[in-house]
Amino acid sequence: MLEATELECTRGERRLFRDLSLRVDAGQCLYVAGANGAGKTSLLRILAGLLLPQSGAVRWRGRDIARAREEFGSDLAFVGHLNGIKDELTALENVRFAAALRGADASEAAAMGALARMHLADYCDVFARHLSQGQKRRLALTRVCVADPPVLWILDEPYNALDAAAVESLQALLDAHLAAGGMVVLTAHQQVAMPSGAHRLELNPGHGQAAGRGES
Amino acid sequence: MSLFRFAAPPEFYRLAGKAVPAFGVVSGLLAAIGLYLGFFVAPTDAQQGEVYRIMFVHVPAAWMAMFIYLVMAFWAALGFILNTRISAVMANALAPTGALMAFLALWTGALWGRPAWGTYWDWDARMTSTLILLFLYMGFMALHGAIEDVRRADRAAGLLALVGVVNVPIIYFSVQWWNSLHQGSSISLGRAPSIAAPMLAAMLVMLFAFWAYCIAATLTRARAIVLERERDAEWVRASLAISQ
Amino acid sequence: MIAPLLAVVRRDLLLALRQRGDVLNVLLFFVVVVTMVPLGVGPELPILRMIGAGSVWVAALLASIVSLQRVFAQDHLDGSLEQLLLSGQPASVVVIGKVLAHWLVTGAPIALAAIPIAVLFDLDTDAAATLVAALVLGTPALSLIGAVGAALTLGLRGGGVLVTLLVLPLTVPVLIFGSAAVQASAAAMSAGADLLLLGGLSLAAAALAPWAIAAALRISLE
Repeated sequence: MLEATELECTRGERRLFRDLSLRVDAGQCLYVAGANGAGKTSLLRILAGLLLPQSGAVRWRGRDIARAREEFGSDLAFVGHLNGIKDELTALENVRFAAALRGADASEAAAMGALARMHLADYCDVFARHLSQGQKRRLALTRVCVADPPVLWILDEPYNALDAAAVESLQALLDAHLAAGGMVVLTAHQQVAMPSGAHRLELNPGHGQAAGRGES
Repeated sequence: MSLFRFAAPPEFYRLAGKAVPAFGVVSGLLAAIGLYLGFFVAPTDAQQGEVYRIMFVHVPAAWMAMFIYLVMAFWAALGFILNTRISAVMANALAPTGALMAFLALWTGALWGRPAWGTYWDWDARMTSTLILLFLYMGFMALHGAIEDVRRADRAAGLLALVGVVNVPIIYFSVQWWNSLHQGSSISLGRAPSIAAPMLAAMLVMLFAFWAYCIAATLTRARAIVLERERDAEWVRASLAISQ
Repeated sequence: MIAPLLAVVRRDLLLALRQRGDVLNVLLFFVVVVTMVPLGVGPELPILRMIGAGSVWVAALLASIVSLQRVFAQDHLDGSLEQLLLSGQPASVVVIGKVLAHWLVTGAPIALAAIPIAVLFDLDTDAAATLVAALVLGTPALSLIGAVGAALTLGLRGGGVLVTLLVLPLTVPVLIFGSAAVQASAAAMSAGADLLLLGGLSLAAAALAPWAIAAALRISLE
């Protein structure tokens, strides 16, 4: 349902990849691997619609995402390098705002539920600026912990700064989401076990080509 | 769609290379004719004497400044719709020429003003609008220059040009209003002398001369920009005979 | 569509409340700049009465533009801006919410602060009232046009000066009609036409600018 055809990406003067095609269907996980600077973040940002590729297109449910931004946005949960949380709001306020923005259930109960899934319930009234790096990362990830999460998750190094318990929680969340028919595209630096059956896409810097199976 | 062929940098470079000398020659010839008509054939003006003749440079410059901004906005719009690289090159090549025209119009206007009605600058509507137009040009160039990534720079400056072009009529109207509120009956309202036929002929010839010059200058600049942007391409190295 | 818009406005107002210092600084900036004019020109009241409207408007322009950086810059730095654009809501709705919140903490206070400022320039009651009305009608246009500039210059060094350079020429109509309204009032004439034109400018800006701002944000986020 998420389809990319012949993507080409040039950042600054470097061409990161070209003729890159991939496809992710329901229940599938795509793990994008590669060394630093290979273009993993750029690829994920292209898939999320934040970056325009030099050429090629990304399609969601058959429609070009540049033309169907709102439908795509409502089906997408994106967690990038930056956490996307406001330091001057409490954890609870951050979660409730994210829900209200999407037009989802923004009640305190729903927000507390999401926080609990990331083991942040005790910090609900703490200003985000006082949270540790790992806690901030978990707060960013509550985006995918809501009661009715979007179908497609694009996660850029979600395991960064997470402790062992949080890593396990996230892995469990991913497995549950995939089992329920969701889709995940993610990158990770650490040696973390990917969900079973995850397809691997290897980006090789310098060659400007992608190797490995990007197709289902 | 044979026109799209010229959107490819090497084709554009070649065609522009042929066009530049042609337009340059035309511009030179027309300017010679126009200046002769303007300075020797057109009669002396009853009110302003000989000084009004600066109008033959001032008016075409002011017109070109305005016209070029429209063309620049057109190329910017084309760039957004068609996503061709040449569109951005053209928009960026036009800006300095447009700014130069605006600057020239302001200077010649000031030089005209001093002998004709006693002051270099009297804030009349047209000159003030031209000054603001100059600011818009400089804003475009400043924004483009401030952004490292060429593609982002092209698109940001292009958007600014489009926003500007929508604003220009509003700015012009408001400056007219402003001027009429405060100046009332002032001599600057009767700026240009009544146009006799030889004057009109000279004006038109000069206008075309300026137009040809602007095309030649813009295309020259565009070629330079193309070379710079495509400097890693084979055809550039070949045509400049750069050794590997 | 209303609910997400209100959510954005509420969030930005809450953030502004918690960073009260920033908001007050803008107001202070406005007051200080306007006070510089009589210091530079001399205290003769007849002259001040003539230049009062224009001075207040120029100061309002500068204060609005200078404060626009914070509209998007903070969200850009912590990644919230991406989330706003990926939320599934139309980008123009999100943008209107942010600009509205910005106006509520900048334009509206400036319009109120103009009342005591009018005293500094010895404007009579009618002129002062027209000044406030003009500011209320015109500052939304300033916020909207300025937001285009802020969106285009997101993350660039030298941002403050660059935004001002880009935005000021585009705000000339607002300045002209805003001043003209007050001067008409001071001359005991009707300011209706000027105020209507000002309102029209703000409406036109509200209709067109959100699209441009959203496009500029996408360009800047790449």
